[in-house]
Amino acid sequence: MKKLLALLLVLALVASSLAGCGGAEDTGDTPSGDAELTVGFIYIGPKTDGGFSEAQDRGRQAMVEYFDGRVKTLEMENVPEEKQAVESAAINMIDQGAKVIIGTSFGYMDTLEALAEQYKDVIFLHFSGNKMNDTNFGNYFGAMEEPRYLAGMVAGMMTKTNKIGYVAAFPYTELLIGINAFTLGARSVNPEAEVLVVYTNAWVDAANEKAAAEALLAQGCDVLEQHCDTTGPQIAAEAAGAYAIGYNMDSREAAPGAFLTAPIWHHEAFYIETIQKILDGTWKPESYYGTMADGYVGLAEMSDLVPDDVKEAVKEVEAKILAGEFPIFVGPIKDNQGNIVVPEGTTLDRAGIWSMDYLVEGAIGTSM
Amino acid sequence: MIKITKRAELPKKQEALINSIAIFFSIVCAGLVILILGYNPVKVFQQIIVGALGTEMRIQQTIVKAIPLLITSLGIAIAFKMKFWNIGGEGQIIMGAFGASLVALNIPPTVPSVLTLLAMAGSAIIFGGLWAFIPAFFKAKMGTNETIFTLMMNYIAIKWVTYLQYGPWKDPASQGFPKIANFKANAILPSLFGVHIGWIIAVVLVVLVYIFMNHTKKGFEIAVVGESLETARYAGMNINSVIITAMLVSGGLCGLAGMIQASAIERTLTHALSGGYGFTAIITTWLGRLSPPLIMFVCFAFAVLIQGGAYLQIAMSVPAAVADMIQGIILFFVLGSEFFLLYKIGFDRKSVKKEVA
Repeated sequence: MKKLLALLLVLALVASSLAGCGGAEDTGDTPSGDAELTVGFIYIGPKTDGGFSEAQDRGRQAMVEYFDGRVKTLEMENVPEEKQAVESAAINMIDQGAKVIIGTSFGYMDTLEALAEQYKDVIFLHFSGNKMNDTNFGNYFGAMEEPRYLAGMVAGMMTKTNKIGYVAAFPYTELLIGINAFTLGARSVNPEAEVLVVYTNAWVDAANEKAAAEALLAQGCDVLEQHCDTTGPQIAAEAAGAYAIGYNMDSREAAPGAFLTAPIWHHEAFYIETIQKILDGTWKPESYYGTMADGYVGLAEMSDLVPDDVKEAVKEVEAKILAGEFPIFVGPIKDNQGNIVVPEGTTLDRAGIWSMDYLVEGAIGTSM
Repeated sequence: MIKITKRAELPKKQEALINSIAIFFSIVCAGLVILILGYNPVKVFQQIIVGALGTEMRIQQTIVKAIPLLITSLGIAIAFKMKFWNIGGEGQIIMGAFGASLVALNIPPTVPSVLTLLAMAGSAIIFGGLWAFIPAFFKAKMGTNETIFTLMMNYIAIKWVTYLQYGPWKDPASQGFPKIANFKANAILPSLFGVHIGWIIAVVLVVLVYIFMNHTKKGFEIAVVGESLETARYAGMNINSVIITAMLVSGGLCGLAGMIQASAIERTLTHALSGGYGFTAIITTWLGRLSPPLIMFVCFAFAVLIQGGAYLQIAMSVPAAVADMIQGIILFFVLGSEFFLLYKIGFDRKSVKKEVA
């Protein structure tokens, strides 16, 4: 009981020291006075991961700058794909005045769906998800297969061993699309090229991503690509004297001796457009799919390590994609078991692309 | 020369004083770190309290975080009373959640909610208890070290559920994403006053565990075994049976915490569902002096820190690491003060009874 009393006394002490300064300062308790809209961002990794979450956060910053005081943002980093964590982050943000919650990881989907049901006056936007409703829950993603294909071309022309390593998080559709687009790009310029795929089973795991990259390098890969959140594979490639293609954002400073290019997100393109609609009161739930032509996805500027003839070949295709003349998945395409998965004369549309459950010929790894 | 000697029992007043000093220093020290990082420490502490208790929504969030911590702590307290160092709360939570999911994922959605939830709770208690029974059995029969044994059992449980999540239990509708299917509506705990009814279960358990530990024969036997095996043997107690019963109850309670997290919070089974509560509960149990009412208080205080830390991150853009660091510093001092409760530091004199270090 004495112990309890002591704890109470200490709490009282803390409380009184707080009370001393409570009056004058802004407690941060009330939602910011000036901004018209508060938007909460939930990130799976640190905002400074040099990849996925940092790309998201740059989009957020550009959006905040664009609206110049009209929009205030709240952020929470390192939120795992566990309902208890996502719910706690979102509810805390709503409590602090957020009217829009942006969840940036696939595994947040079911939690955001349930929250949208519970908080009808809050708009929920989910990156990479496939669920939405008619009132306050939408999703957004991009045609990452376009810049992935171009990155594959770069890798296909730069490899000498004809072995390209690919560090991926999970054998989930989104990643299979990326691996397939990349492999098709590589083999369009180098039919001998093979793409070796290793899964890390986590979106963000710098140490494991690096270890997976080292395993691929040890198997003779001399160019690495990745679908995971950190610069670990690029750093491993640089240490081994190999080339690396990044992902998510231009991360050339992380491994300047290895960095060739990267398929990247320009999240601000979506955030500015969407927040504008929300401010104007014209927003409706949608399933946004931004292309290179929309400026939502793109290929980072190729570094000096890429020879001019390679740059030219890539830019030629890039121009066609931008002009809408170059669909990525055009039959005939075989999977890596030899079955025809896209027949001759067929071009996959968005729905077709998003039902992929195979790896294409030339990609070595599992699709489940 | 500095001598460190073991203390005799401290007067309660002095004990309270040492604890208070520790908490005071932890606040000062955490404040310094916050200051160095460029934040106003007074404001940060204020925001932790405001962020945990400032609005109804925040209090609900704090309670949601206190529930699993409290139930797990009660379970661990029973084992600790017997001086059986159950470090396996994390694994027992996970196995409890697994037991509950076994029912929830296979029961027809037409079965009434009450029956489903009771079956889930029963299964969770059995699996949590079983996970604690294994180290208890080996301790009773072969004298194995329970600390290492229960600790290692955690990793087996986590890897087992990871295997299920990435393999046989992966939801076919998730397009390859490693996720177990969501529970149906009949497997989800209802809410009362904005918080799932786990809080009622927790409060009832505080009373039940208090009665069990202080007013039943088994509870008395557990305490005697904890105090002295010789006494227990001399009194004719069946020590093995006491150890095993206590651990079944201890693991069963942790398992129940797992069922509540799976049913009310995650609404499915995930390998990270225990969220570190099994480890934090060791600290809250110890600070709560194995007394259920005190444990309830300490767990609530810890939940304030957890929720306040989350609030802080959002409200002041304090990096996640800073909130963790504040918690770490407070723990360091409070646990460090235990040392001064048990040992006395003095300068070299002849009267020193027994040298320890």
